This record gives sequence, structure tokens and C-alpha cells, in this order.
Amino acid sequence: MPTSTGSSRRVLEKGPSGWLAAPALVFFLLFAIIPLFGVLFLSFTKWDGLGEIRLDGLSSWTTVLTDPVTGNALWVTAKIMFFSFIVQAPISLLLGVFTSASQKYRAALAVLYFVPLLLSSAAVAIAYKALLDPNFGLGPGLGLPFLAQDWLGNSDLVLFVVVFVIAWQFVPFHTLIYQGGVRQIPASLYEAAQIDGAGRVQQFFAITLPQLKYTIITSSTLMVVGSLAYFDLVFVLTGGGPGYSTRLLPLHMYLTGFKANDMGAASALGVILVVIGLALALLLQRLGGKNRNASQLEGA
Amino acid sequence: MASTTQIPAPPARRTAPSNRQGRKHGVGAKRTKGPGRLRPNYLGGLGGWLWLAIIIVPIYYVVVTSLKNQAGFFTSNPMMPPTEPTLDNYKLVLDNDFAMYFANSLIVTVGSVVPALLVSFMAAYAIVRGKGRFLTWTNNTFLLGLAIPLHATIIPIYWMITKAHLYDTLLALILPSIAFAIPISVLILSNFMRDVPNELFESMRLDGCSDWAMMWRLALPMTRPAVVTVGIYNALGVWNGFLFPLILTQSPSTRVLPLSLWTFQGEFSVNIPAVLASVVLATLPLLVIYVVARRQLLSGLTAGFSK
Repeated sequence: MPTSTGSSRRVLEKGPSGWLAAPALVFFLLFAIIPLFGVLFLSFTKWDGLGEIRLDGLSSWTTVLTDPVTGNALWVTAKIMFFSFIVQAPISLLLGVFTSASQKYRAALAVLYFVPLLLSSAAVAIAYKALLDPNFGLGPGLGLPFLAQDWLGNSDLVLFVVVFVIAWQFVPFHTLIYQGGVRQIPASLYEAAQIDGAGRVQQFFAITLPQLKYTIITSSTLMVVGSLAYFDLVFVLTGGGPGYSTRLLPLHMYLTGFKANDMGAASALGVILVVIGLALALLLQRLGGKNRNASQLEGA
Repeated sequence: MASTTQIPAPPARRTAPSNRQGRKHGVGAKRTKGPGRLRPNYLGGLGGWLWLAIIIVPIYYVVVTSLKNQAGFFTSNPMMPPTEPTLDNYKLVLDNDFAMYFANSLIVTVGSVVPALLVSFMAAYAIVRGKGRFLTWTNNTFLLGLAIPLHATIIPIYWMITKAHLYDTLLALILPSIAFAIPISVLILSNFMRDVPNELFESMRLDGCSDWAMMWRLALPMTRPAVVTVGIYNALGVWNGFLFPLILTQSPSTRVLPLSLWTFQGEFSVNIPAVLASVVLATLPLLVIYVVARRQLLSGLTAGFSK
């Protein structure tokens, strides 16, 4: 073990050079942090994406904040975020607990569960577009008339279709997170509970759920902040329609910037997106109390 | 590599002896105790099979439809297997530059995942082993990146890429992909690296090892599961990425797979079986990897995110 002679102590206390972190930092500053300020700057300009960028004061912000489509996009985003969370969180929690046991058949099921993890959102959206076709899709195929609706053309239904497809694609990922969380719970806790005569449901609420606290926070944060990035799936599946019924904020930003060629307004929407994401992440951290991320912040 | 084999295994959480998974390897035939001993979980089983159906039915539909010809698609029951299965749709897709899109995806994925791993690993090492305000600040910056929907920065990135004359090149996809992979990579890698016992570093330091040597000969072997996890996770993200290609590339020669699915959909909008064949083809490589490396992939991802 290290002696306490002066020279070896000095050798031991010498940490690595901060330069080792420099390449990662440079990349990240260049393509994430600087653009973060860039989007704020561009929100005060007028730019069509090709020509000159002109400073234009608050006009983009006035446009964006008075446009009813912005409010609608926020509302759609909030709805999709809320419904995806209440659909995905319980399903992935229960599936995670279910698949964490060591029975063979559950392991086999779990293998198939994770296939959607491999698919791109574009592939999933295209598959569902075909599947939901009222004439050639699942509805007529299974002979269930109520499934043979114009799912993507009905502005009352389409939001729930989007929520369902999002769940289909992302529940497997969160199941995996919960599965890992459950496997780290010491078996002795369950053994003790069983000796005390606790049933399965009691064990779930008294042991599994509290022990999964940090897993729940991690998964929920990824779920909620992630729902601000559902761009690909919705873009290919519905294009934001019909009407504005699935035009959520990232999609609205894309269409404003790259289709309507108003980069200033799109940047203002980007700033709103950043602020919401940051606020949600901080809120979730607070709700979770002083968790590991906080301790990492201090102890780094 | 040989010199690293003498290092004792770290007390990784994954091998915690008390977890239920671990017990499987214990006394062979003995029935595991724990919740498994209770009455069979009928409700859980029912839910499990139900979810399986939800997962499988769309996949089945896609595969079955991709094997139908146009006539069969319009006349047969959508859920029935084709009476005369055909690979014509696959041939059509493969004849339409599919190989090139595949190669583009491969270049972009390897070209961003490898550098991202390298710089993230170095940063994680510095953050875990080093001290000082600069490193704390660096780490906080990366943590901030986790909380922000970075896609909101796409407009300035578009501007930068255009100004750098990189628009419509594969490099335009690689550079921001590296940056976006860094926060989660550094987080997972540094979480794992904290578990490497300090004494090992100290004894190597006393032997006169440089940080560079300690990084490759101690930290890397000890965190290999995390490196694999991070690599796979980022590779999936880049391979399936859609927004960067949509905004930063334009011509068919720089098209990547997810974008090609979307354009196929436009070109063959009347030929649904062909569109679905392209979906199957784009997914097939990942499926093969999954079948081969499933255990590593899943245990890596599980460990990476539940730490």
C-alpha cells in the first residue's frame, strides 16, 4: 500500500490532465452549446434559410407568441407527453418486473419484446401507416370492423394512435431499464417479506416499488424529456395532421423553419423547446429529491 | 492486452451475488425461492402474452405483406400469408440503390460511434480521476446536455454545416452525431469507472505509469461492458437517426437508410408491399446482430441505464 513519504504522495495526488476531456468538450461546445446560444440569437433575426441573416428584433417572437398554431402545438405536445407517460410508465414497470424473474419462458418472451428497440422510427411509422389502412390493414384482416377505421384521418382518434405507436416503440426500452433495476434489488428483502407472510402484491408495493425509486426517476425523465423529441415518428406517420391535430412542437419548429422558410420563428420555437425540456428535467430531479445525479454534480 | 489479465475483476454491480438472476447459477436443480415460489402469476402471464401479441402482430403483418405481389395485396386477406409468396419486392428495393444507402448508414454509424467512444472515454477518465474546477464544469456541461432536447439546436447546426460547405456530405451527419452522443456516453462510462478500485490506479501510478497507459491498460479493460453498452446504444441511435439526414443531406448519394425508407414510401406509394419490403430490409441487419449478440446487448443496456 502507498507509503506516506512525500514524493509518492505527490505522485498519487496528481490527477490526470484536464486536457483529456478537451476533445469531447470541444465537440460538445461546437455542436451543442454554441448552437444553443445560436438558436437564441437566430430567434431575433429574419432568415429564410438561404439568404442573408438580418437582425429583426422581437418580430419572430411576436409572430410565434401570437400565432394560435404555437399554442396548439404546445397543447398537442402536452397531451402526447401526458398520455404517453401514463400509458408507458405502468406497462414498462410491470413488464420490467415480470421479465426480471428467471423463468425460461419469461426470458423467451423478453427476447421478442425488445425487437422494436431495433427499428427506426421511420420504419415503425411506415409499418403502422400500412397496418392502419382501413382497407388493407389490420382491421379488415382480423375481421374486426371497429379496427377498420380511418385512424390517421380522424382528428379525434389520431392523437391516441400516435400515443399507441410511441408506446409500441419505446416501452421495450423502458422495460429494459426496469428489468435492470429489479435485478439489483437484493433477494434477501423478498425472502424476509415471505417469512413475514407478505403476498405478491404486498411485496410489489412494499419492496419493489420503493427500491425502484431511482429507476423510476431515470425512466420518467427519459420518457418525458424524450417526448419532446418524437419528431421522426410523427413526421412520417401523420406529418402533423390531419389539420394541426398532431403537430407537436418539434414538428412545428421543423415545418416553420424548413417548409415555411421562416428560420427566425422556428428558432423562437426551438428556444421554447429548450426551456420546456430544461424545466421538466429540473422538476423531475426535484421530485426525486437529492438523487444520484445531484451527488454526481457535487462529487465530480 | 495480456498484461491486463492479472487485474482482479471489479466489484461490479452486475455480479452482485444477491440478485435473483444470479441465483440461477447457484445450486443447479433446486427450485429458486423468492417470488417464484408463490402461486403462478396468472395476471402477469396474461399481460405478458398480451404485450407479446401487440409487439408481434405489426411485425408479422409487415413481413407477410412484403412477400405479396400487388394483386395478392389487393385481393387477399391482409393477415393471411400470401398464396404465392414472392421476393420481387425485395428485388425491386435492392435494385434501387439500397446497397448504397446501407453503405452510407454504415459509414455514418461507424464514423460517429468510434470517435464518440474515444473522446467520451477520455473525458470520463479525466472526470473520474482528475480534480479541479475545469473538470467539474465540463461534467456539468455534459449533464446539462442530457436535460436539453438537443434537436432544438438543429437550425444553427444547419447554418454551421452550410457555412462550412459540408451540406449534403456524410461528414455533415457524423460531426453533430458525435457531439450528441457525448453526454450519455460520458455519464455511463464515468458511472462505471467510479467502481474501479482506487488502489489499482495508485499502484500503477507508483510503478510510474502515465495516465495514458492507465487509461488503456486499466480503465478500459475494467469498463469494457460499459464501453460496449455505450457503443451499441449510440450505434442504434445513429443508424436509426432521421432528423439530421432529413435536414443536412439532400441528394440520393448521401441518403441513409431511414431516409431511404421515407423516400421509397413516396416513390412507391401505390406499391405498399415494396415499401414494407424496404422496411424489412432496413431492419434485417440489426435483427441479425440482435440474434447473434443479444445477451451482451441486453445485459449491457440494462446495466448501463440502471446504474
